Amino acid sequence: MENSLNTERHEYDVVVIGAGGAGLRAAIEARQQGKRTAIVCKSLFGKAHTVMAEGGAAAAMGNVNPDDNWMVHFRDTMRGGKFLNNWRMAELHAKEAPDRVWELEAWGALFDRTKDGKISQRNFGGHEYPRLAHVGDRTGLEMIRTLQQRVVALQQEDYETHGDHEAYIKVFAECTVTRLLKDGDAISGAFGYWRETGNFIIFDAPAVVLATGGIGKSYVVTSNSWEYTGDGHALALLAGANLINMEFIQFHPTGMVWPPSVRGILVTESVRGDGGVLRNSEGKRFMFDYVPDVFKDKYATSEEEGDRWYTDQANNRRPPELLPRDEVARAINAEVKAGRGSPQGGVFLDVSTRLPAEEIKKRLPSMYHQFKELADVDITAEPMQVGPTCHYIMGGVEVEADTGAAAVPGLFAAGEVSGGMHGSNRLGGNSLSDLLVFGRRAGAGAAAYVDGLAGRPKVADDAVEAAREEALAPLGRSGENPYEVHHELQRTMNDLVGIIRKPGEIAEALQVVEKLKERVALVGAAGSRVYNPGWHLAIDLRNMVLVSECVARAALLREESRGGHTRDDFPGMNPEWRRKLLVCSTEGGSVSVEEKVQPRMRDELIGLFERDELSKYLTDEEMTEFDGIAKS
Amino acid sequence: MSYKAKFKVWRGEGGEGRLEDFTVEVNEGEVVLDIIHRLQATQAPDLAVRWNCKAGKCGSCSMEINGKPRLGCMTRMSTFSEDETITVTPMRTFPVIKDLVNDVSYNYQKAREVPSFTPPADVRPGEFRMKQVDVERSQEFRKCIECFMCNNICHVIRDHEENKPNFSGPRFLMRIAELDMHPYDVADRQETAQEEHGLGYCNITKCCTEVCPEHIKITDNALIPMKERVVDRKYDPLVWLGNKIFKRSS
Repeated sequence: MENSLNTERHEYDVVVIGAGGAGLRAAIEARQQGKRTAIVCKSLFGKAHTVMAEGGAAAAMGNVNPDDNWMVHFRDTMRGGKFLNNWRMAELHAKEAPDRVWELEAWGALFDRTKDGKISQRNFGGHEYPRLAHVGDRTGLEMIRTLQQRVVALQQEDYETHGDHEAYIKVFAECTVTRLLKDGDAISGAFGYWRETGNFIIFDAPAVVLATGGIGKSYVVTSNSWEYTGDGHALALLAGANLINMEFIQFHPTGMVWPPSVRGILVTESVRGDGGVLRNSEGKRFMFDYVPDVFKDKYATSEEEGDRWYTDQANNRRPPELLPRDEVARAINAEVKAGRGSPQGGVFLDVSTRLPAEEIKKRLPSMYHQFKELADVDITAEPMQVGPTCHYIMGGVEVEADTGAAAVPGLFAAGEVSGGMHGSNRLGGNSLSDLLVFGRRAGAGAAAYVDGLAGRPKVADDAVEAAREEALAPLGRSGENPYEVHHELQRTMNDLVGIIRKPGEIAEALQVVEKLKERVALVGAAGSRVYNPGWHLAIDLRNMVLVSECVARAALLREESRGGHTRDDFPGMNPEWRRKLLVCSTEGGSVSVEEKVQPRMRDELIGLFERDELSKYLTDEEMTEFDGIAKS
Repeated sequence: MSYKAKFKVWRGEGGEGRLEDFTVEVNEGEVVLDIIHRLQATQAPDLAVRWNCKAGKCGSCSMEINGKPRLGCMTRMSTFSEDETITVTPMRTFPVIKDLVNDVSYNYQKAREVPSFTPPADVRPGEFRMKQVDVERSQEFRKCIECFMCNNICHVIRDHEENKPNFSGPRFLMRIAELDMHPYDVADRQETAQEEHGLGYCNITKCCTEVCPEHIKITDNALIPMKERVVDRKYDPLVWLGNKIFKRSS
């Protein structure tokens, strides 16, 4: 039924899977280093999830407050991640983000400006100074369009030189990769299908960069689009790589709660960065009651002080609405549970009494538009109702910080699909800069890896045959409707492995996931191979179930609460657990999790923190070591 | 709260197709894309539709709803009466792949024909200095989410397939205007806008502006000013003389 005639075959040096910020930046880098590069993406070129990023890209350029520098940014990032971050990644990120943002400007990006003509920077949760380069509240769109246009610029250069736009960099849009291919231990290519025709496609390539984003579609209430089915996470696992930190999922505190059909859609943190406040049904600014001990001396204790901070940051502390996202999400969750929620099941986010209407429309145009058109709410005149939504996974492929290399030779990962950079919780604004910094590094890492190879690895025919059979299987079955299986997975993860986790519930989720695995193996897709969303979903389900199992297994093991992982039975942070990473791997369809010791921070980096602060996170043993360093 | 709506949805592939009737549940606050998704989940699992963000930010779910180009995710069901039959078809100007999904490659080809941002060679990253007021004009055009509905509605190509090779459509004429108005772009955009991208075909009926989901004033702020720049240059005797004397090497 299948013949080789409608299977295409292409040879590349580097195949980048995913065309969001990280994927495009990786591909640009690989091409700039002379590598023949393919960009493979599930959607049309320029539609990836990065377009939804609103607030901005964090980079310590010091344009608004000259006291900002990479060290302050590094400290903020480590605090935001509750010190579980891979310190080397946090260091590289803080140091390189400004160059990556300036580079975008040279490629045509038009950020909002300061009075003296530099890139303007805005306040955001967890960032000590105004740090986010932005364009109103549509920064992600600006970023993806700029990178897209940079790819086109390179294609135009190649046309001039080689007479072919696609000689060195080609976009395979609406094309889904279902398996990575290997030669022995090393990557040798990838297998996928065209969404438009259902025909198969094989890439012969020694290096693959995963830049597939996150896993939000395993949850019902999410800010993520249909593409976020954990493809890269699953492809990496199935190819023999490891995932770390999978228990840490960021629930963004402010998603829309009404109408039901838009529940979960993001309301940017810029609303709070620009002065918006959170209130409960009693009209109280409740965040003042939720400042945790580790942040006590950094946040305002009265509304007056918090309000003064917007104009005088030197003499006041920031309002607690700008705590890291995990804290704000838990606080909203607690207020709603205590019966002080809004009529539609969230809390009130109000900017209407804080800024003039014209200013709101100027600074938050897409929020104004979104609420007006989808919820009939005029945010310049009344408060929004918001609640937590599954937004981002801190966990992902375990990579080498400098190159993005995974454990499997030839496999690289960057952006949300990689793990470590953000520790247990990501600060807003650190995602767009992460994509740029580590997208570039993974592209360079892949190019260097290809340069170092003695020969090209080969794609094995039997692996291709197995991938083909696996992809075709749902079409040949008259099994269960994939949409129903998907919905049950989403409900299970949302209800049982959500913001607040209980061991009994996680165990129950794991049982459901086991049963879902069997059902996924039996789902059927009606219709032909031509642009068939039911078939595509049936294929994606394998990935969603696999990553959901990783999340649940790791969540059951980590007996503490930290960042994006809150255990009902272990409400506090435990310094012993800070030293441990949970590493997921898979063999024969089941996931196993092992503990691994977190690498120790380099001396001069740990020296950037005060002793008092470190003592809140580190064990006594680590503190004795720190005192030794401080003395010498 | 909930009711059954009547839908007619275009189904078909390979150049053939027909409107298919559906009766489907509608709940409070839903948009047309929600209904298409409900059809997929309950009645037509292989019904093809593009979508991503479901919040009017990515420009994927462009379709024609009762004959008007709209984003499915931003068209609320409450704008129709409960007894109204709602007709959903793919965009008319581009070939149909299947059901509601168009082949929009025309747009990507045109994008590639517009020469990229060209800053002066001696400005390094980090050295750009621009006033907010000077970037605002181009920023308006960069709000574009590339839903391609402006190109879809433009009669120059909607009704005249033969114009496609010579006309880039409002989206890419606006892209040229965006670059022309960028404070640091040094490339010559005006002549090519007219000669290669078909600016002259536009007779400012403003259909593109009307359908733009980002409310960009494509005609007033991009196309008309661009036409004026072209005209100024074409009929400016000094420019004419300059062009005669310093014949450009290209």
